[in-house]
Amino acid sequence: MQTDTPRPMFDTDELVINMGPQHPSTHGVLRLILRLDGERVLDCNPVIGYLHRGIEKLSEHRDYTQIVLLTDRMDYVAAATNNLGYVETIEKLYGLEVPRRARYIRTVLSELQRVASHLLWLGTHAADLGALTVLLFCLRERELVLDLFEEYCGARLTYNTMRIGGQPVDVPPGWDKKVLAFCDVQDQKLPEYEQLLTGNRIFMERTKGVGVITAADAIAVGLCGPPLRASGVLRDVRKDEPYAAYDEMEFDVPLGVRGDTYDRYLVRLEEFRQSLRIIRQAVEGIPEGPIMGKVPRLIKPPAGETYHAIEAPKGELGYFVVSDGKSVSPYRFRVRPPSFCNLQALPQLVKGHLVADVVTLIGTIDIVLGEVDR
Amino acid sequence: MSEGPKPASENPAAPGTPTPVAEAAAPEAKAAAAPKPAAPGAPKPEAKAGPKAEPKAPPPPPGPPDQAPPADLAVPVYVTALQSGLAGAVEQVSFWVGDWTVIVSAARFAEACTFLRDTPGCQFDYLSDLTAVDWPARAEKRFDLVASLYSTRLRQRVRVKARLAESETVPSVTGVWPAANWLEREVYDMFGVTFAGHPNLRRLLMPADWQGHPQRKDYPLEGPGELLMENPQDWLKARQAAVDADIE
Repeated sequence: MQTDTPRPMFDTDELVINMGPQHPSTHGVLRLILRLDGERVLDCNPVIGYLHRGIEKLSEHRDYTQIVLLTDRMDYVAAATNNLGYVETIEKLYGLEVPRRARYIRTVLSELQRVASHLLWLGTHAADLGALTVLLFCLRERELVLDLFEEYCGARLTYNTMRIGGQPVDVPPGWDKKVLAFCDVQDQKLPEYEQLLTGNRIFMERTKGVGVITAADAIAVGLCGPPLRASGVLRDVRKDEPYAAYDEMEFDVPLGVRGDTYDRYLVRLEEFRQSLRIIRQAVEGIPEGPIMGKVPRLIKPPAGETYHAIEAPKGELGYFVVSDGKSVSPYRFRVRPPSFCNLQALPQLVKGHLVADVVTLIGTIDIVLGEVDR
Repeated sequence: MSEGPKPASENPAAPGTPTPVAEAAAPEAKAAAAPKPAAPGAPKPEAKAGPKAEPKAPPPPPGPPDQAPPADLAVPVYVTALQSGLAGAVEQVSFWVGDWTVIVSAARFAEACTFLRDTPGCQFDYLSDLTAVDWPARAEKRFDLVASLYSTRLRQRVRVKARLAESETVPSVTGVWPAANWLEREVYDMFGVTFAGHPNLRRLLMPADWQGHPQRKDYPLEGPGELLMENPQDWLKARQAAVDADIE
């Protein structure tokens, strides 16, 4: 009876494979369990936690001032924005007034950080798709940003560059000129990337219509940052809940239409330009004055709790801090990492696509595993 | 009000501990927009009466202050809508440094979330964050489950909070926002709070065979050693003995 039915030449079973945790395209230690039907992905199950260092628990046993440098270690390619979110949360909880000059410096640093983070994203994303030249270009420009950070605070990766109540150091003489010069350089380089990618047929084939997510789905699943805006949702913490000096800055929020990988690319590329616009305004407008507000010697906020969010390069970075009013360390320290919430949408994005597209989609949501796992 | 006088009697050395009684006095303390650093708690007159091995750290607070809003502040429409729409669900409303918090009963947590998502004037369609806070000194309801909601249409924020007992199961909000999936798994992983109706309630950050819940306050910072994994009680005794020896 069995012999009557023709046997298929190959097995057609579903295949479960492991992608990662050591895989060049996962940008860290991310493991994906993929269920495949041939080349198509039927299901995807991300396994995270390989880089879990217990930063939340650790922070509950550190002074408020010591936590700043722990936040560096979360999203380590955007340490300045992590610092900013944390110190602003404590300032809000404590009711501290930050001098205007410090708020301007913070805005400059945070936008420089966004440019650096997006550069690394663009380079690695393009390299995942086979365009290695863009990676080299992007790292070349990122080097300039890191040099600016090095001149400001002495560090190139984990800056520890903000303090509760203000800034630790003032702008070095001539630094503002260098920042403006960098803006000009970056403005010239952007068309170079676009020339290589935007109209590139291979790039378009690999990204257009890949990983489409509608606005309603994106909101429901908790996407944030550029992926959310690429789906056409007007949501930018810098506009909606202004912090630092963003209420005095003029900039636009780019939106996508189709919510696919190509739109996410275009949105981030436009964010480069808007970031440079903000940097120019902020650098030219840095007011005179002190860089540090009136801060008690011992940081001990009154009992209470608060949630404060900022727009990190990867999306809404929130801190939820509970103080018991008696201790010099937070009673509860919680980070809402944008990468974590974006990675959660990955199974929804990859369903039905090819295995090669999984690489594209990991790149497009721009995750840093140090932040996902904390 | 679950935080009764029990924690206070346990810790007579902390008269400055925020208690529900202290809440009544809270509004004038923060009538000013910028709350001043609170004076450190009153001196400890009875500290000597305690056992000699009293740890140096202050005793854990019995719960969050949950300050009441000042009387002259208009309550936003999303809070009043929830109060009138779901009668009896809202236990308390709190306001601190610009953030509104509604405290609902744990059994109606998901119901309140659905209401806040769907009602005009609320439309909290975006779940920013879901986490928990452990208050071990609060005898009956140990955990606070805290959801930070945001409305992408009306651009407003609110926090929803529920108090849970250790063994209590809370209805999952994954049906309200799919974003809650991993967040609830993390709360389960870190605190051991279980969610009813969650599609895949497994550990997220810790390994699947991990013992204990690291974010609980009674979980040691240094992590579990071999002894702790096998016999937690002996480990605690050994640790206390080491602390005592160090003091002497």
